[in-house]
Amino acid sequence: MSEAGVGLRGVVVCHGTLADGYVEAVRQITGIGEEALTALSNRGLSPESMTAALRGAIGDGPGIVFTDMIAGSCGFAARRLCHEREGLAVISGVNLPMLLHFVMHRQEPMEQLVPRILEKGRTAVCCAPGRFEGVEDHGHSAVSR
Amino acid sequence: MAIVLFRVDERLIHGQVVVGWGTSLHPQLIVVIDDDLAGAPWEQELYCLGLPPQLETRFASVDEARRELPGWQSAPTRIILLTRDVRNMRRLLEDLAGDGVEVNIGGIHFAPGRRAVLPYVYLSDEERDEMARLAEEGVTISARDLPSGRRVDLPQLLGQ
Repeated sequence: MSEAGVGLRGVVVCHGTLADGYVEAVRQITGIGEEALTALSNRGLSPESMTAALRGAIGDGPGIVFTDMIAGSCGFAARRLCHEREGLAVISGVNLPMLLHFVMHRQEPMEQLVPRILEKGRTAVCCAPGRFEGVEDHGHSAVSR
Repeated sequence: MAIVLFRVDERLIHGQVVVGWGTSLHPQLIVVIDDDLAGAPWEQELYCLGLPPQLETRFASVDEARRELPGWQSAPTRIILLTRDVRNMRRLLEDLAGDGVEVNIGGIHFAPGRRAVLPYVYLSDEERDEMARLAEEGVTISARDLPSGRRVDLPQLLGQ
């Protein structure tokens, strides 16, 4: 368990209103509350304010920060915070499958959970027809024809 | 002129600069002028994450940048030059600006003592004074977050 059954906390940090959209979609699908996953936008925030807002959102316990991009103000704030203290991981290139996996498995230890979230997220990026990415179709052959 | 953009932006290297301005100006080099960052390799590495490989970066202190500015202005390379605040831009350009230098205000966000001017520009009295001083030296100052955005000239930024 991550911490006496409490579970890891997640924060989605994105440009514009993207994070709100992701969190709303996760809630719609899973019914989870704010204790598991919250959204943060960079809109109107200086780098210092952004880091402070993220620090408040993630709290003192272990957690995962999901960002839309590696670079940019969201990614930078997350990596600064991760550099500043233990118990955090930053996952960039957020998508819905990785967030769903996170909220359903956030009781698992971070060392175990983070690689699985990455795997879920990467697997979810694909194309039909598969020939555009040089692979067999991902079960979409009926659609691609 | 080889410097295709002088920009004040608290976020320094980020999406609006690399994608927004980068697509229209095709820079080859981004120079970040900041005394703290010039001596902070970890932070420098952070700012370089995700940059296209053909885009070079350099971090310089204000004093170093003042020595290099004439060379950058006549270099064959297309350069975007960034500072995080108006004060550092004024320190850089004071007595050196020359004719035709235009400074773009791209992002100064809310902080105690600053008042809203635009959604992406908040200014303190000191910052207004710094801008006025730069303008007295012949520097043109305007705000615009992206090339497609509306240009707002200094008088309007200063509430004149």
